[in-house]
Amino acid sequence: MTKDEIYQKVAGTLVEALNVDEDEIKKEAKLQGDLGAESIDFLDIVFRLEREFGIKIPRGELFPESIFQGDPDLVQDGMITEKGLKELHERMPYAELGDFDKNPELSHLGDIFTVDLISRYIDYKLNQTTKA
Amino acid sequence: MRWIWIDRFLAYEKGKSATTAKYLSLAEDFLTAHFPGYPVMPAPLILEGMAQTGGILVGDATDFREKVVLAKINKATFTGEAVAGQELVYKVELISLRSEGSIITGEVSADGISIGQAEIQFAHLDNTRAGQMFGETNFVFTGELKRMLAQAHSTAKP
Repeated sequence: MTKDEIYQKVAGTLVEALNVDEDEIKKEAKLQGDLGAESIDFLDIVFRLEREFGIKIPRGELFPESIFQGDPDLVQDGMITEKGLKELHERMPYAELGDFDKNPELSHLGDIFTVDLISRYIDYKLNQTTKA
Repeated sequence: MRWIWIDRFLAYEKGKSATTAKYLSLAEDFLTAHFPGYPVMPAPLILEGMAQTGGILVGDATDFREKVVLAKINKATFTGEAVAGQELVYKVELISLRSEGSIITGEVSADGISIGQAEIQFAHLDNTRAGQMFGETNFVFTGELKRMLAQAHSTAKP
């Protein structure tokens, strides 16, 4: 599957899950900030992506809840710790976290979850499946 | 008072499917207001009955360790009405189950005629962030509901 095909399918999945118009879906659109996703929608997105792409998404792999939940090892005073950032990078090798690393406020973590990030994740997963 | 919209289990396969019945009577409070002179069961209550059937199916699949709550109605279509005197039957299947949530699909019929379908998503509170807010007590599957289910099991026809 090409990256564009993945993006189109991800876009269609998000239109259904978040009940938004197709023209609201852009690569850089933030799931929470721009598309109005709430926490329960993340679970819905995981279910739909699994169904749409025929993959298994282990708990916490796409949306790392240990960091969202503010595990004290990973988050202190509202900032993600060095250990937390290391974990984010390890868990999300497909993500571009450049800007976030400079000011890793937990309250901004949601902003890294864009339509593009979901597409990159799926591409990464499908490649893993092919390699396996 | 518990908000129970199922009168009977007709068929049950743990972790897979459940069929329940709700018998509609003119004595139901909600029918006097919905609508005066034209008593039909409100569609949201029909969905509630389906969600309860699915919720028990999901809860039992993990031996009632989880607080299973309705998170989202992914789809719902109604093509008919349910009126007093009819038997509503909910046929529900568990289609996805993971630690933090589940999805069921269901069909509801009134006196044997299909009047609606829905897909419902549940969240499992102990396995989501919400677990931190709602504590240890399982307020969804309380002792009262489990006692009722036990009674239903003991009176079920062979």
